[in-house]
Amino acid sequence: MKSFPQDHRTPDWIVGTIKSPVGSISIVSAGLTGRDRRGSFRSRVSGFRMRYRVDPGLYAMGNPDENSPVLVSANYKLSFDKLRSSLADTNAYILVLDTNGINVWCAAGKGTFGTEELIVRIKETDLGKLVRHRRIVVPQLGAPGIRAHVVLKETGFRVSYGPVYAGDLPQYLKNSFKATEEMRKVRFTLAERLVLIPMEISQIWKAFLLYTCTVLVLFGLQPNGILFSEAVSGGYHFIFLGLLGIFTGSVLTPVLLPILPFRAFSLKGLVIGAAASLLYYAFVLKETNTGPFLVPVIFLLFPVISSYLALNFTGATPFTNMSGVKKEVKAAVPFYIAALGLSIILFIVYKLQTWGIL
Amino acid sequence: MGNFVKYLKNVVTLEIDEDRCTGCRRCIEICPRSVFIMAGGKCQITDIDLCIECGACEANCEFDAISVKQGVGCAAAIIGSMISGGEPECSCCCPDEKTSCC
Repeated sequence: MKSFPQDHRTPDWIVGTIKSPVGSISIVSAGLTGRDRRGSFRSRVSGFRMRYRVDPGLYAMGNPDENSPVLVSANYKLSFDKLRSSLADTNAYILVLDTNGINVWCAAGKGTFGTEELIVRIKETDLGKLVRHRRIVVPQLGAPGIRAHVVLKETGFRVSYGPVYAGDLPQYLKNSFKATEEMRKVRFTLAERLVLIPMEISQIWKAFLLYTCTVLVLFGLQPNGILFSEAVSGGYHFIFLGLLGIFTGSVLTPVLLPILPFRAFSLKGLVIGAAASLLYYAFVLKETNTGPFLVPVIFLLFPVISSYLALNFTGATPFTNMSGVKKEVKAAVPFYIAALGLSIILFIVYKLQTWGIL
Repeated sequence: MGNFVKYLKNVVTLEIDEDRCTGCRRCIEICPRSVFIMAGGKCQITDIDLCIECGACEANCEFDAISVKQGVGCAAAIIGSMISGGEPECSCCCPDEKTSCC
């Protein structure tokens, strides 16, 4: 292991090289280091994942020879790590495509994990001289980007679609390139949903900060300036309700996804957001004099925030489709705008009333 | 639970041209949602609501027997495309790197 693994030097997951008919190939380790785990973590919580890449090209796992399988992957380091850590005790080649650091599924949708790129890499690496067989294993979730029959025609290599999960690869290879029906299905377990939540939150905390400032200013606003005590005493319920809306839309909706009522995400988020507003009203606000103008705002604005965030989770799931989300968006966005407009009007009326103008 | 959660009813654009289908089973092999089955030597749709319009079947059908409007099931992308007027594109993976990806 190198003492100072820098980005442009040999990374610490490269543990040696093998000589081959097409030149020397880096051997990668199957073990993940603390550094790899830190990288995975940072990719899950921040924009770091945009820069988390490996160089495209050929790599070796174990001690592969001319009969070893060739596995195709993307150059997002998180995907690459998932693959190599699933391949302990396996001799194989890994062919990494240049997907601009995007994972296989998303890159396949964009076409960067695509037929052209695969053909170019096969030719560029002289794969036909490296192995005697004519088979390449492409992850099943790469299939939207790959035209297997075109790859065969252009390169002579037959595409075998591997399992959805890298963890099933050893079994798949043992089964002589046959994936069971279970290996072909995309799951979306609680753990798989939970790991996405930090990213959802990291995308909205700035908006929440802006919202908090706006709430404080609006509640503090008096005809002759801004009153700090009013800002806090009037505003903190709204700030807390905003947090609650984020919690129900971006945390509870993903967690409870399969058991929440309705198929539309916007409705799932709306229902759970409305339930949260109702509970907050019943247990916290009922005894306070929130007044006839702010109570409807509480039941409009926060369920809508929750609904909007839930709707945004559609993009993170593997079971929505564009036709459906378009339908949802077309119905939901006008409703959001109307609810927001009505909330603003009610809030203005509330302000005018507290100022004694109405 | 969570394995076959379905999305909205009757919205999917997936179609099979039975005359072109040769029963090669490629679509059955690659569909991540088990949408297809074989019946009478042809591929058939079991439950269209399962389809996520990923486009894998269409791309890999040698005989052009399958058509589906491929796209991202992502609200942010669709709202973005309504504002910009373009096609919905998945871009939350790289908001600060417009030049090198997307």
